[in-house]
Amino acid sequence: MSYAIEMRNIRKEFPGIVANDDVTLQVKEGEIHALFGENGAGKSTLMNVLFGLYQPDAGEIYVKGQKVNISDPNDANRLGIGMVHQHFMLIDNFTVAENIILGSEPTRGMALDMDKAVKIVRDLSDRYGLDVDPLKKVEDITIGMQQRVEILKILYRGSNILIFDEPTAVLTPIEIKELIEIMKRLVKEGKSIILITHKLKEIFEACDRCTVIRLGKVIGTVDISDTNPSKLADMMVGRKVNIPVNDSPYAPKEKVLEIKDLTVLDSRKVPAVRKLDLEVHGGEILGIAGVDGNGQTELIEAIAGLRKVHEGQILLNGEDITRLKTRKIIEAGLGYIPEDRHKHGLVLDFTVGENMVLQTYYKKPFAHAGVLQNKVISKKAKQLIKEFDVRTPGEKTLARSLSGGNQQKVVIAREVDRSPKLLIAAQPTRGLDIGAIEFIHNKLLEEKKKGKAVLLVSFELDEILHLSDRIAVIYEGRIIDIVNPKETNENQLGLLMAGRKEAGRQA
Amino acid sequence: MSKLLTSGKYFHILVPLISVVLGLMVGAIIMLAAGYNPILAYQSIVESVFLQPYYTGETIRAMIPLVLAGLSVAFAFRTGLFNIGVEGQLLAGWFVSVATAIFFGHLPKVVLLPLSILAGGIAGGVWGIIPGFLKARFKVHEVISTIMMNYIALYTTNYLIKHYLYTQGERTPNIPDNASLASPMLANLTQGSRLHWGFIVAIIAGLLMWFILWKTTRGYELRAVGFSPGASRYAGINVERNIVLSMAFSGMFAGLAGTMEGLGTYQYMMINASFIGIGFNGIAVALLGLNTVVGVFLSGALFSALQTGGLTMQSDAGVPVDLINIVIALIIFFVGSSYVIKWVLNRLAKRGEKN
Amino acid sequence: MSLLSILDIIIPSMLLTAAPLIFTALGGVFSERSGVVNIGLEGLMAVGAFTAAISTYYLENMGAGAAAPWLSLLIAAVAGCLFSLIHAVVSISFRADQTVSGVALNFLATGVTVFLVKLLFQGAGQTPYIEHRIDKVDIPGLDQIPVIGPMLFSHVAYTSFIAIAMGFLVWYILFKTPFGLRLRSVGEHPAAADTLGINVTKMRYIGVMLSGAFGGTGGAIYLVTIAGNYNATTISGQGFLALAAMVFGKWNPVGALGAGLFFGFAQSLSITSQQIPILDRLPDVYLLIAPYVLTLLVLAGFVGRAEAPKADGVPYIKGQR
Repeated sequence: MSYAIEMRNIRKEFPGIVANDDVTLQVKEGEIHALFGENGAGKSTLMNVLFGLYQPDAGEIYVKGQKVNISDPNDANRLGIGMVHQHFMLIDNFTVAENIILGSEPTRGMALDMDKAVKIVRDLSDRYGLDVDPLKKVEDITIGMQQRVEILKILYRGSNILIFDEPTAVLTPIEIKELIEIMKRLVKEGKSIILITHKLKEIFEACDRCTVIRLGKVIGTVDISDTNPSKLADMMVGRKVNIPVNDSPYAPKEKVLEIKDLTVLDSRKVPAVRKLDLEVHGGEILGIAGVDGNGQTELIEAIAGLRKVHEGQILLNGEDITRLKTRKIIEAGLGYIPEDRHKHGLVLDFTVGENMVLQTYYKKPFAHAGVLQNKVISKKAKQLIKEFDVRTPGEKTLARSLSGGNQQKVVIAREVDRSPKLLIAAQPTRGLDIGAIEFIHNKLLEEKKKGKAVLLVSFELDEILHLSDRIAVIYEGRIIDIVNPKETNENQLGLLMAGRKEAGRQA
Repeated sequence: MSKLLTSGKYFHILVPLISVVLGLMVGAIIMLAAGYNPILAYQSIVESVFLQPYYTGETIRAMIPLVLAGLSVAFAFRTGLFNIGVEGQLLAGWFVSVATAIFFGHLPKVVLLPLSILAGGIAGGVWGIIPGFLKARFKVHEVISTIMMNYIALYTTNYLIKHYLYTQGERTPNIPDNASLASPMLANLTQGSRLHWGFIVAIIAGLLMWFILWKTTRGYELRAVGFSPGASRYAGINVERNIVLSMAFSGMFAGLAGTMEGLGTYQYMMINASFIGIGFNGIAVALLGLNTVVGVFLSGALFSALQTGGLTMQSDAGVPVDLINIVIALIIFFVGSSYVIKWVLNRLAKRGEKN
Repeated sequence: MSLLSILDIIIPSMLLTAAPLIFTALGGVFSERSGVVNIGLEGLMAVGAFTAAISTYYLENMGAGAAAPWLSLLIAAVAGCLFSLIHAVVSISFRADQTVSGVALNFLATGVTVFLVKLLFQGAGQTPYIEHRIDKVDIPGLDQIPVIGPMLFSHVAYTSFIAIAMGFLVWYILFKTPFGLRLRSVGEHPAAADTLGINVTKMRYIGVMLSGAFGGTGGAIYLVTIAGNYNATTISGQGFLALAAMVFGKWNPVGALGAGLFFGFAQSLSITSQQIPILDRLPDVYLLIAPYVLTLLVLAGFVGRAEAPKADGVPYIKGQR
């Protein structure tokens, strides 16, 4: 029998790593096929090969049994392959319709036929129940809607094979449900879908079959009806992972962070955090659970003095830091592992050594009277590299040339070494492999044992559940509930994250 | 050998060297195509610059503002800013230094000379602070704002000269000797060139830039902001202040370049129909010098030698001096295309390893 | 002197000065809308002016007569287009910093044109004056309309009307055709355009080459209507003024047209103000710096914020997000 898509023995190398090694993927017509694996397992690489963004070093691709050559996205489109990218490929100041028709525009004479474009988009949207307004600008619609625009882009091009790259990462639980319904409707209409994901729940809710890849290799392809979540998880990880667990006794000490009635505006001047109250104590890890975009970023930025507080008060160890500048807040005892280590955590073109003193370079002993003491800085850096097991040729190496895990170790070494009273960790393990995740989780737990307050923000429920002493659920800028991780489950948290407090209580 | 070339520091220096060679080679091809003798042309440049004291003196003289302009561009680059406004900051510095020298002409030299230099540097700094502030406060891209500031400086200084400091010959009166950097001794030594003491100012400026950038906490901040404004902000560094400060330093160096022309080379300021070009050349100097102090001095020397020797080239080999501008433009293109040069070198190196 | 007669002096002069600015600014719009910063407009104008000077001169020698300057405009457009290819290759294919490449383009333009002038005219620093300019004419019929006839249709060059029409045409192309949609898409989000099969490199080459053609024409118009011959200082600042007009017009063709007219107005006023009561007491420096100060104010958001295309100045490297 012929498959909708068959990728045989694909190999793709990048300098230093083999991203895909002899990977074979077979997708049947009319199925939702999961491509399951950890971050960095090679899922995206494989899909970029299929979509023509990368050329494989070896291997063959068949579409409906025909051997094909996909040298760019044009070829992929022609073969009916379309992709919903994880980071949306939308032009913010174009309308929905313009975004959809771009590249194959309906025309009347020389001119764009926008009336026709709008009609086509509206018809497609109605047919699949997507409910988008073709005339709105992309920058004015919600993330969930933007994703539907991405889907429409593909449908407009008549694609039969749809690739969804981690589509749920940015969605609310309700939006996820809707998306899964849309995908099922698409399959009914004769489309085939590849769903790239690292979330087990979605696979069992949506998919027919699943191919697991690990470290660039296929571990196996299974029917979802023949397997269960723990089997799949073992396949993904390959070994029993020692997931560090928060097993030290919960003995909260003094209030370290106290937030009262906090309101923070986002960049569009709309309140993102609304009258929020929160306390974090020494000796505890407080996890903030929530769907991206519910005010987490603004909350942390306000604590760190990176965003203006509109109303309310923030106290750090009893000191009012509401209006202080970032530097003063850092000096008052804040440590911060930012979400985006490339943009905010490190100066990539500085050496590892220079990065180790990013907040302390102006203080003794690293500087005297405004003059840097490079020898002292080097010594400190060497000590931290050793202590935190940063794999680098030396402290004079540029941070850019380190692996993601080691870059994150540099950030953590720097923050932990300053011995802050409050450590904020925002998505500290995003995009890292299991080994690095273990290391980082252990460090956070150590900080708790030392009696520090840790504020953990993560979109990964597992991470929150494993590490937290208390879980605060944030929804639309408010903490709608604080729950005990030992007395809750993913289901309840999911409902709370969707803002359904009553339902969440009962679950 | 190939390993030595492709590893680290040497590889870095290779790009500007190759760019210069390529620039000169294409220049030679153009001369051949136009029926000139390139060997004679380049020979005349080398001979005049190295063997004729007058041209040696003039080369060093031309180097002074060029190096300062290069330092100006390089300093801003280090903080991630592209200062195309050197022309304007230079004119501001030139005018204010000359005006200061004339208005306070009665002061003794020990006071007046430093005062005039300082005034010129500050004027340039102020002219740089404006786009720096616009960037820090309103996110106005400095490339466009500094271009605008250039023209504002050009027309404003012209107007001020015409209405307040005018003398025959479309220029200001000469500055008093008390404010002059000119030196009969240096002139004699170089058979009457206009070489002046300004080279000391350029050297001090170079040392200052090196020290600030690499040895002080201020320099650490400036470089951090240049590489990553985001990480700097998160680390509590005041990004806005450093942008303004960087433009202030950059403008100051540019202002000093103009000051050197006013107090050294010309002893006055003329009404300019258009820009004098030193500022734009400064961009070339900084790029070729990889934004390092030593590099700026070396590339400044190269460009001023080409420009000064270009005059001899025109008289001896008959090649229009404008060829030098073509060569300089080509060198900038090649340095700018370093990505391709590195790529080619890597390919060559790999082939070398295989053989 | 009545207001009307003042306008009769200023407006024709404004239309004349504005035409080269409008053309060049429109060129800038094409390039920057495609995502390539072009501060080489000055150099493109220089190449256009130079080409117009020598081609008119040689065409006149061949007996082309009054058609010579018109043909020269076309030749200059081609020359500008070819010259801009350097900027395209270096900044798009070789990924050089676009500002650096633009600076070098300006250098190269001055160097090459003056070098060639000396080569072609035995070492002379300037080309001979052309005999046939595109002259200011009274447009038959229209110049008889009361009030606006003398103001808009007498003593004007056809090139000014072409420039104005061009402003609207470019607007139509950019906002109403598939080509325009694609050009703007690569200037806003090249990766998105790429996934839809739009060739980012090709579109950007086209953007830059159109800026070359328009910039070249702008320089040529300046030469055949105003300057009359070419030397090293013929083009000194007009290209940067056009750049300012493009920014002041907020990267919109009609905006650039308006800004070009406005800057032309300021420039002509600085020249003609001596003849006009009251204004003759205003130092001309205010009028000279007005375009630049206003552009700064627009950029700072005091007069409505101007935002460049999002990917303007960012080289597109496939596979990098």
